[in-house]
Amino acid sequence: MSNKFLPLVIGAAMGVAVTTAAGATTLEDVKAKGFIQCGVSQGLPGFSNLDAQGNWTGIDVDYCRAMAAAVFGDASAVKFTPLSAKERFTALQSGEVDVLSRNTTWTMSRDTQLGLNFAGVNYYDGQGFMVRKDLGVTSALELSGASVCTNTGTTTELNVADYFRANNMPYEIVAFEKADEVVGAYDAGRCDVYTTDASGLYAQRLKLTNPGDHMVLPEIISKEPLGPVVRQGDDEWFNIAKWTLNAMLNAEELGVSSENVDEMKSSDNPAVKRLLGVEGAFGEAIGLPNDWAYAIIKNVGNYEESFNANVGPDTPLGISRGVNALWNDGGFMYAPPVR
Amino acid sequence: MSVMEQDSAGAPARASLLNDPKVRGIFYQIVLVVAITALGYVIVTNTIANLERQNIASGWSFLENTAGFGTNQSLVSYSETSTYGRAIFVGFLNTLLVAAVGIFFATVIGFIIGIARLSNNWVINRLAYCYVELVRNIPLLLQIFFWYFAVLRSIPGKREKWSLFDTFHLNIGGLRLPKPIMGTGSEWVGYAFLIGIAIAIFVARWARKRQEATGQPFPAFLTGVGLIIGLPILTYFVMGMPIGLEFPNFVETGPILRQGFELNVGLNIIPEFLALTAALSIYTASFIAEIVRAGIQAVSHGQTEAAHALGLRNGPTLRLVVIPQAMRVIIPPLTSQYLNLTKNSSLAVAIAYPDLVSMGGTVLNQTGQAIEIIGIWMAVYLSLSLITSAFMNWYNQRMALVER
Ligand SMILES: N[C@@H](CCC(=O)N[C@@H](CS)C(=O)NCC(=O)O)C(=O)O
Repeated sequence: MSNKFLPLVIGAAMGVAVTTAAGATTLEDVKAKGFIQCGVSQGLPGFSNLDAQGNWTGIDVDYCRAMAAAVFGDASAVKFTPLSAKERFTALQSGEVDVLSRNTTWTMSRDTQLGLNFAGVNYYDGQGFMVRKDLGVTSALELSGASVCTNTGTTTELNVADYFRANNMPYEIVAFEKADEVVGAYDAGRCDVYTTDASGLYAQRLKLTNPGDHMVLPEIISKEPLGPVVRQGDDEWFNIAKWTLNAMLNAEELGVSSENVDEMKSSDNPAVKRLLGVEGAFGEAIGLPNDWAYAIIKNVGNYEESFNANVGPDTPLGISRGVNALWNDGGFMYAPPVR
Repeated sequence: MSVMEQDSAGAPARASLLNDPKVRGIFYQIVLVVAITALGYVIVTNTIANLERQNIASGWSFLENTAGFGTNQSLVSYSETSTYGRAIFVGFLNTLLVAAVGIFFATVIGFIIGIARLSNNWVINRLAYCYVELVRNIPLLLQIFFWYFAVLRSIPGKREKWSLFDTFHLNIGGLRLPKPIMGTGSEWVGYAFLIGIAIAIFVARWARKRQEATGQPFPAFLTGVGLIIGLPILTYFVMGMPIGLEFPNFVETGPILRQGFELNVGLNIIPEFLALTAALSIYTASFIAEIVRAGIQAVSHGQTEAAHALGLRNGPTLRLVVIPQAMRVIIPPLTSQYLNLTKNSSLAVAIAYPDLVSMGGTVLNQTGQAIEIIGIWMAVYLSLSLITSAFMNWYNQRMALVER
């Protein structure tokens, strides 16, 4: 028996040693397989959600399509992996996905201890509370003694612990792994309160039996800058991730949209020329074709288009730009220039 | 002997050492051990190097850090300021609790259904049959969701309740019971309980010996029950009733949110625990029922007839002849059902019951220390399984046929 087993063992040992020594970059991997594997949520309307036709939609989904457009010139060269909040980082670390675009809050520990890098912020959020209207509660400070439903593996479950403790309010936490179960349990009356990112509250409210019976309380108890994440240690891919987002924001700022991008190619504005690859070789510097940003805008659109189509006032979520407006429009969105 | 002589006499006496099967065997064994050790070493150092290269924290010091998250059930004191290590321990105890309670109910239900399957009464027989076929053919996760979501929706909401004897109350927040408050001297009641058990075992042994020697039966079972229940009660009164009861407080006035049961007053069994226990025990019971039926049917009918011929009545025949023989067939597969139940309890994570996998997973998510946490999971489930099988093997040996 040992005769047959031995070569196997030695082979395996050498195999392990060899595979770790090699290790292509993420960009090479992605190009070789022909698509980007993108980690998204298991269904959060407006951010990443399957529509009636079975297509993924949402601003987090648009971001992944934009990356695919930048790399391949084809926004459909992307496959989606739905991930729960709890499993998302492991999936990224282990290489199961190339980028995580899943309403993920940028925190110091996630950025520094998990071997990950945040590529920016595509939505500035904050944590809120939703309750049944008939409870007659008007402020989160009246929630003493409440049972609170939420997702485990999130910043949410930590913030809520801090908040209730800081305000000396006893509470009961009921933490589920999947968002659908949180909604189900809250809907069944297991909890008095549902807490998550405010955007998530508006999105999940649509899934309740009677959305009109519920209200979101005015308090926002945390900062939740949500953004895409990549593995640490691959600067080339990190650059592509950062500049995909920056390109969408800069396009909005410069008035370039999917509709006018072809005309804009002949614009006199040097900033537009640089963005669209008419001038300079900015694409080359990040390992992409020079029309990388053109492909993003042409195939997916700028940040404003993505926002309005997925979460904006004309969608079921009906969220106004607020702090997510551009910096010169009273918001926080500010992308470094292409130059 | 003769073989050896022939060997040494036969020429050529020794082939080359390389062709000696014994030497070759030892050589390969040594190479194999070295290779496996090397492989283990490579894997460990490689993993550590890779984690460092990817900037992922490793090591065990995270267990001392503050967890920062709460939980809805813990058997030991736990708060958001407790450590990650404590959080995992809380999850471990919750796993033990649901496994122990689940095993108890699964065994009771399983034995009842298994015996009912053999009943001569057609209705009972068919009902038991349907139970087994229905329950064991539906995936466990679906059953957990059924008990959690379907049942949750049909019991009263937070501001109402169903009550039994004004002491047990059920609503969507859980099952509320009076909570015993241990005063000074209450530990003696616990000691009395243990002493009761010890004396009961002693009495049972003595009774058996006496019956074997003289043929005189002694009601050892009733005496034992009396001792185990009676002794603590007696001590309770002797110590001046040191155990009080804290009743759940149902508030009916004031702001609506505050109405219903007050948090942390009385004992609350959370619905997540109820649903998980119900699903696990009902599911496992359907397998145990089949094991019990098979075990009893494995005892040949001649044994019963022989016992009857000796003048034993139905009760003693079952207790002294059939069950001891059936147990030999039942115990080994019963052990695997107990192990299954324990491992299946990790589905808890689907319905917010904070078991080991759920709590550990949250710690994993926050610290990113996947390898350490998965190591803890594997070690814990493996030890639980080994301990359960060791105990059941011991019990099996005791029950096994002793030839005289
Ligand atoms: N932003 C927070 C919370 C993210 C989160 O998981 N939110 C939930 C509720 S809005 C969610 O995405 N649910 C959808 C799903 O689980 O697929 C974090 O990064 O920890």
